[in-house]
Parts: sequence; C-alpha cells; structure tokens
Amino acid sequence: MGFNMGFEFSKKSIDKIKETLLKYPEKEASLLPVLHIAQDEFLYISQDVINLVALTLDIHPSRVKEVATFYTMYNKKPVGKYHIQLCRNISCSLRGSSNIKEQLEKILNIKAGETTSDGKFTLSTVECLGACGTAPVMQINDKYYENLTTDSLKTILDSLS
Amino acid sequence: MKTEKILTKYTHIKDYRNIETYLKYDGYKSIQKAIELGQKGVIDTLTASQLRGRGGAGFSTGMKWSFIINKPFPRYLAINADEGEPGTFKDRFIMRNSPHLLIEGIIVACLTLEIETAYIYIRGEFIEEANILEKAIEEAKSKGFVGKNIAKTGKNINIWVHRGAGAYVCGEETALINSIEGKKGQPRLKPPFPAEVGVFGKPTIVNNVETIANVPYIILNGADKFLEIGVPKNGGTRLIGISGHVNQPGIYELPMGFSFKEAIYSVAGGVLNNRKLKAVIPGGSSTPVLLPEEIENLTLDFDSIQSAGSMMGSGGVIVIAEDTCMVKTLLTLEEFYAHESCGQCTPCREGVPWIRDIIARIESGHGKERDIDKILSICDNMMGNTICALADAAAMPAKSFIQKFRNEFEDHIKMKKCPFNAKN
Repeated sequence: MGFNMGFEFSKKSIDKIKETLLKYPEKEASLLPVLHIAQDEFLYISQDVINLVALTLDIHPSRVKEVATFYTMYNKKPVGKYHIQLCRNISCSLRGSSNIKEQLEKILNIKAGETTSDGKFTLSTVECLGACGTAPVMQINDKYYENLTTDSLKTILDSLS
Repeated sequence: MKTEKILTKYTHIKDYRNIETYLKYDGYKSIQKAIELGQKGVIDTLTASQLRGRGGAGFSTGMKWSFIINKPFPRYLAINADEGEPGTFKDRFIMRNSPHLLIEGIIVACLTLEIETAYIYIRGEFIEEANILEKAIEEAKSKGFVGKNIAKTGKNINIWVHRGAGAYVCGEETALINSIEGKKGQPRLKPPFPAEVGVFGKPTIVNNVETIANVPYIILNGADKFLEIGVPKNGGTRLIGISGHVNQPGIYELPMGFSFKEAIYSVAGGVLNNRKLKAVIPGGSSTPVLLPEEIENLTLDFDSIQSAGSMMGSGGVIVIAEDTCMVKTLLTLEEFYAHESCGQCTPCREGVPWIRDIIARIESGHGKERDIDKILSICDNMMGNTICALADAAAMPAKSFIQKFRNEFEDHIKMKKCPFNAKN
C-alpha cells in the first residue's frame, strides 16, 4: 500500500482522537472529526494522512478518501498559513463581495485559488458561510471577518503575522 | 397582535451565554415542568401549540416526536445546525447568543423521548459556535443538567457536538445522519424514515436548532401562551434573517403573521440607499422569488407566503433592489446548487450544472432564444425525480426568476451582453 511508516499523529492529536472515539458507538463515525484533527496538524489531507487515518480507525483508505474528497473543507492540496475564504453567494454578492475579491487579489497579488509565493496566504472563494446579515463575509482559518469594506482589508491582513 | 419574544427576550443581557446568568432568567426551569407533565403531557402540549419545524419544511414537531415513542431503544436525537441555505443565518444567532436555550430544549426532548444521546450536527465552518456550545454543555454538566441521573430521574443524557466539513446537502436529514456516521453526506431513500432507521440504524428524531429552542417556552408557559403570539396555525415567532439590499440587515424575532412590507421597510430600515425594491426571496435561496406587488399584503407566516406561490422556508429574506441583474443573481444561485449537488441522482448531478451553464451563457451574451425554454424543461425533468429536494431547490429559483423576469433573460440574448453594469 506504500505506507509512510514514519508518519504519525502527535501526542496531542492522539489524545483528541481518544476523546472523540468516546462520543460514538461505532468507530467509523469518528472519521469526520479525526479528519479535522488531522488537518489541524498536517494542514492538508495528503495520501499519507489518508493512510494514517485509515490505520487509526481500522478502515480502508478508500473509505477515508471518499469522505475526504466529498467535503470541501478538507484541503486536498497544501494551503498557505492563512487560508482566506471569501463568500461569493447571493447576500454577500448583493453587498459587493466581488469588489472585496478584486481588492484582495490586488493586495495579495494573486488570483482566487492561488497561494502567495511566501506561502503566507491562500485566497479562495466559497459558498454561503451562513452570516448573510453581516455580508460581505470572509473566514480566515477559524475566524469570521464580517461587514467587510475594501478599506478594512489591509488592516485585517496586516494584523496577521 | 401580541409581540412577546420567545428566543431573543434576554439575548441583550450581558453574559447571557453563561449558565449563571441564564439561570437567573427562567433558565432550565422547563426541565422540572417536563418531568411533571410526563411523556404524554409534553407531546400533547407541543402538538397543541402547533409548533412547526423552523428548518424549512414546517412539519408539526409534536407529531414528529410522537412517531418515536413506541420504537425500540436506543434512540437518538440529532439537532440540525448545518445552516447552509443562502440567506439563512438564524441558528448561528441562537448558538452564539443563547446556547443554553438550545441545550435546555435538547434535555426536554431527551427526557421526554427517552433518549440518552444527542448529537448537534453543526456546519464545519462554525468553529467559534461549536466551541461556544461545547463550553455551554460543560457548564450544563457541572449543574447536573447533562450527564448521569438528570434531575433524579435516573436518566442519563449525553450531548455531543459533531462538526460537518462543508456540504450544504448535509442539512437534509438523512444526509446529516450519514454524515454523523462518518460517511459521505448523501441523502437516503425514504422510507424508512429516521424515526425508524436513523443514526446508527436506530430510531432518531432530527430537529432544527430554532425548533428545539422554542420547546422550553412552550413547556414552561403552555400551548395557549404560545398560540397567543402569531396567527392561527402559525403560532409563536420566527427569527427572520433579512439580508441583501436593506439598510439594517440582521436577525429579527417577529411574531408569525407580521407584515412582510413592514419587516423590510421599518424593521430592516428600508431598501439600501433608498433604491426601489425589485424582488424578494422570502425564505432562503431555494424559495420562489416574489415581486414587490406580490408581497404587498403578505404576512410572514407559512400559510400567507404559500398563498403567493412561495414558501416561508428558513425565514431568510433576501432583498434585491432595482438595477440588479436578475440573470447574474440566478447564476450565483445555480453555481451554488451545482457545486452542492451530491452527485447521487442523475437528474440533479447532470441537470443543475446544465442549467448553470446555460444561464452563464445567457449572462455572457452568448445565449440563444431557445435557451430559456430549455432551462424550464430541464427544471421540469429534475423536480420530484430525485432522492432529496436539492434538485427542486435549484429548479424553483430558476423557474420563478424566468417566469417573473423573462424580459431580462431575453434582453441579454437580444443585446448579446448584460444590459446591467452592476457587479453583483
């Protein structure tokens, strides 16, 4: 199977996985949370991560892969230290998210879908983030940034080191 | 009309999110009341209150609960917090501002329906909200509301937060169940319904966050008090989320039967920059679009909006002002539905991207006259022909946008370009 044997979860992740397993009567049900834990540690779901998760939960790697590729939040390729996800859906678009996108592309000097050459920022557009009342909205890693204006973007990006 | 608030009465109070503050304002009082009423009493009260599901379908909650009472154990409760329908952001409001109200409702449901394990299925992006819920569950545990031997009943309750990972379709209850089980979030055929075969193959009740958050009030105050708010058959309030072209977008708790126009022009501060109103999507992006003259005498409740040929859905009102290109707006929606189709049923997997492509072609000025009817025919071939309602959710806006703004589609085709300069 080409397993990379040196590839393991940290002690912190293993503790989190043990806690997660207690929540479900079936081991397989931990797959989504364990993939989140894996992504937190390894930043994206590579084939090595898929194999590791499969070993951990005692399921076939193809089961892990079908789930990892079904859900959009699991990164299938490396992303920057800060993953900017800008909502492009209706309420944000009515409130000018396309201007926000252009401004972000200008500041970062990349197009949506790309990563800056220093690996710091990845810019993606995503579907509805469920915060339509404070549109336009973007999510950077775990945090939401709401009521965006083209003027506020530089301050937000500068605050991230 | 009585305008008492049920869900947001205390949310302005500092630290209402913390259990100590929550307890000072009737917090967790419905648990004792529910124990006194017993299973039959609670379900009868809910049925009498005519509480209808706040997720979108509007099904009677009392009736849903009654489906499980003769089913074998273990049973599960799954809370649908996968808020993903564009224009909908109400459950996030409850989870951020009043997490204990949700947990209290869950405990009443678990005690009544003899359920030991509840999963809150929250969309993966809501990381902050998931952390708020986990903290609130810990607090409830420390007070003995969650854990072993709840209120000396001998019953145990565990509440777990289960994060999704980015899939709109998981808001469909059987897809949600698959996703809890660690599978791809593809809907299942019904029957069997979740009340028979749900999470881990066991009887399961799936309720929306806002629905469950209404339960403590109804149990504590009785069905009549609930029905006094709102209009007949549409008791209580709704968290109306108003977004798009309004001056004050946000979440507003309004009694059912509240004037639609007043909600836009008074509550939400009117159309942005005094522009003229062009269209309103009344209940989340999948509900058929309405014209200004159609909402003239409408009220915000299930039956009134249905009488105009649309749906109250999730209560997400999207306001669209003049000078907005409706073809571009529809394209935004269909790009979303095409992205979110789970790929299981052919009409949806093939049909939704197909209508997206045709609309994109029209928008960019390359449309043909026959394209408009082609979209309508694809919609008719999708609707009702799939396992879940995602295909219908994609078809309803397409059909209603064309029906009500056909001239805009024709103008794009005739002029071979978008007649609007707007970027939206």
